Amino acid sequence: HLPHSTHTLGTRSVSVDLNNDASLLIDIPDALCERDKVKFTVHTKTTLSAFQKPEFSVPRQHEDFIWLHDTLVETEDYAGLIIPPAPPKPDFESPREKMHKLGEGEATMTKEEYNKMKQELEAEYLAVFKKTVQVHEIFLQRLSSHAILSKDRNFQIFLEYDQDLSVRRKNAKEMFGGFFKNMVKTADEVIISGIKEVDDFFEQEKTFLLDYYSKIKDSTAKAEKMTRSHKNVADDYIHISATLNTLSADDSTFYLRLYKVEGRVASDQELKLTELLRYYMRDIQAAKDLLYRRARALADYEHSNKALDKARLKSKDVPQAEEHQQQCLQKFDKLSESGKRELTSFKGRRVVAFRKNLIEMAELEIKHAKNNVTLLQGCIDLLKSN
Amino acid sequence: MADTARDPPPEQTDFQELEDGEDLFPEPAAAPEQSGPASLPAEDVSTNSNGPKQDSLFDDDPEDLFAEATEEVSLDSPERDVLLSDGPSPAITPITPPTSVITPRIGHAHDDMFTHSSFDEIEEEEGGDSFDIHIAVSDPEKVGDGMNAYMAYKVTTKTSLSVFKQGEFSVKRRFSDFLGLHSKLASKYLHVGYIVPPAPEKSIVGMTKVKVGKEDQSSNEFVEKRRSALERYLMRTVKHPVLLKDPDVLQFLESSELPRAVSTQALSSAGLLRMVNKAADAVNKMTIKMNESDAWFEEKQQQFENLDIQLRKLHASVESLVCHRKELSVNTALFAKSAAMLGNSEDHTALSRALSQLAEVEEKIDQLHQDQANADFYLFSELLGDYVRLITAVKGVFDHRMKTWQKWQDSQMLLQKKREAEAKLQFTNKPDKLQQAKDEIKELEGKVQQGERDFEQISKTIRKEVSRFEKERVKDFKSVIIKYLESLVQTQQQLIKYWEAFLPEAKAIS
Repeated sequence: HLPHSTHTLGTRSVSVDLNNDASLLIDIPDALCERDKVKFTVHTKTTLSAFQKPEFSVPRQHEDFIWLHDTLVETEDYAGLIIPPAPPKPDFESPREKMHKLGEGEATMTKEEYNKMKQELEAEYLAVFKKTVQVHEIFLQRLSSHAILSKDRNFQIFLEYDQDLSVRRKNAKEMFGGFFKNMVKTADEVIISGIKEVDDFFEQEKTFLLDYYSKIKDSTAKAEKMTRSHKNVADDYIHISATLNTLSADDSTFYLRLYKVEGRVASDQELKLTELLRYYMRDIQAAKDLLYRRARALADYEHSNKALDKARLKSKDVPQAEEHQQQCLQKFDKLSESGKRELTSFKGRRVVAFRKNLIEMAELEIKHAKNNVTLLQGCIDLLKSN
Repeated sequence: MADTARDPPPEQTDFQELEDGEDLFPEPAAAPEQSGPASLPAEDVSTNSNGPKQDSLFDDDPEDLFAEATEEVSLDSPERDVLLSDGPSPAITPITPPTSVITPRIGHAHDDMFTHSSFDEIEEEEGGDSFDIHIAVSDPEKVGDGMNAYMAYKVTTKTSLSVFKQGEFSVKRRFSDFLGLHSKLASKYLHVGYIVPPAPEKSIVGMTKVKVGKEDQSSNEFVEKRRSALERYLMRTVKHPVLLKDPDVLQFLESSELPRAVSTQALSSAGLLRMVNKAADAVNKMTIKMNESDAWFEEKQQQFENLDIQLRKLHASVESLVCHRKELSVNTALFAKSAAMLGNSEDHTALSRALSQLAEVEEKIDQLHQDQANADFYLFSELLGDYVRLITAVKGVFDHRMKTWQKWQDSQMLLQKKREAEAKLQFTNKPDKLQQAKDEIKELEGKVQQGERDFEQISKTIRKEVSRFEKERVKDFKSVIIKYLESLVQTQQQLIKYWEAFLPEAKAIS
């Protein structure tokens, strides 16, 4: 009952500089929607010897992506990296609900009105669909363009394994038990802000990220509300145009087209602005998670110091304590080093993405407004000449 | 004219009044009192039930016009008390026959009217773009305090029409004055087939807020909405070539003092009676089954039914649009604030600046949305509301035709009965009774003729009115839609300006 597949979506909207390394190119050229289950076709082209073939495709579900994300998060070695945020679950709730309402209200509308609404809804479905494909694609591309993560064994399995991954997924759950994930997420803010920071860089980052996160979360929510209102206005124009059509032949034509443009403004706004904010909100959460892990590592190190002191006092198990302390320190240093790298490149990435999207959004707004003016002026001239 | 002295049976009179009524005064006692010819100084101050006075001196259109202009509610009309307390418009005086009610104003009109040979010609002169009268309603001013307070509006007329004494003049009016004007016009013209523009609606809630002195946005909006509605109402009324010349209209526009219309108070007993009568009315409508011999009427009625449905639907959609646009404005403003905060929080300088600029653009856009919502409303939505009410008036006029037909049929049936009775009487030896029967029959024959003429007249008037209405509607809609589209164009052009100013800011991020 629903579209079907979609081909390449063109420019990735929210992230940049991905998929540039020819040694590992990933994209999602195709996806299928059955009921609510989306089946993504993950296509890989590679020159790396780690893979069995130079080019291959596999079908994957959303849950597979989540599995991959979680295994990466739970890998100790990656504690010092910003793990790209997991793509959100495909959410067709809104258009589905609207479609349902439309079906109920069919009797009260003219055939034309109904068809227009249906068209709009199908376009909305398609937009949600495109969005979800995009977001899953970006996730993979973030991984493939990361020096360390691209070499992850599970990542390779994800790309290559031509059987159903669900068995692996279940096993993984049992193995890790969602250790890190189940940690009290809400506590991380407290922990992060609680530690005594010796490093200026991290001190600044911490302050910045905590504040920025709450601001961007708020902006995302407000942008979403704004976009929804815009869609409502576009929908009203559909009804108005249909009724005007019934009333008189001329007047309706412009409304018929205006609603289309208004609708398109709403969805472009969605893509550029809202998606941008939404994506970076998640990314910042991922950055915060890094800070959290580092904070925990620092806490561990501090504990190990105390433990060593205690051991020395009691003259008991000193070598173990020393070793433990060394490990903690190493871990902490490693995290700090890689963390610094990650956070710096993150900032650069973020600035570039914002720039690109803000420019594109402004350009689209101008384009739509100009189209609208032409359209409206045409109608005015037509009406005046009659 | 003498033979038109009729005794409208009291019930019938009341019945007529009830149908016409926008404001009815429960005066059942009045009717029987005045129904005898003796109590009527001149029978042409006949009730509405007699229809227009083309049966008086003149027999064709211009005279109709004239007659309409001066026909006033009769003595046996429930409205009498109201009108007398309102202070008369010249035509009110129940004593004088219409032909001699020539006030200075009507004198002008009189000349004009008699030099024209047809209603159509007059119409053409007034119609189209050469129609030279403009009315503005402005300067709402609160008068008084507490629950007795009211809003006074300035009504300014600019015109070169000769029916007016001056070219430009103003008066102060309050809302109930407008309602009073409408009720007078409705009582004079609706039942003979003229589409009288309905007055703006009362709003107890809205007005109470104003009275109580709530100086907030919603009460300001209410006053503006009302002011605009009053203006449209007056313009529509004067656009009607017949109504324009009505002495009540002229008085309303010109006279500095206007007696207060009493029966228009929201919760008065008159108001309650009106509601009851409207309900009775509805029931009555359902029971009249007319043999429509004229396909045009059937067709038109259907058309107006459809138009009614479509307009209501459209009105609802536009109201939804206004609501959503206002929401959009609010949400845009919220987003703008949030974006500003985000910009402050951003540590990359150029990006921070760009985000602040984005916030400013969105703030301006929010204002644009608000302005657009106002245009949506005042231009579009209110127009639709006006037309939904107008269509109700149109439908009312069609109903009056049905009732006129019914009346004619009733007279015919009564005549038939009387004839049968007379035939029977022929065989009895009661010369008095026979004579009486013959007299009654003669009277009824006249009535039947009158009924037929009334029916033809109202049918004719309705045809003209409908054609005028359709022309006006098309013009009205077109002009409003053009204005609305132009407002949309302006909004879009502003948007272009704002985003074009923002673009270099976004590009400056590095």
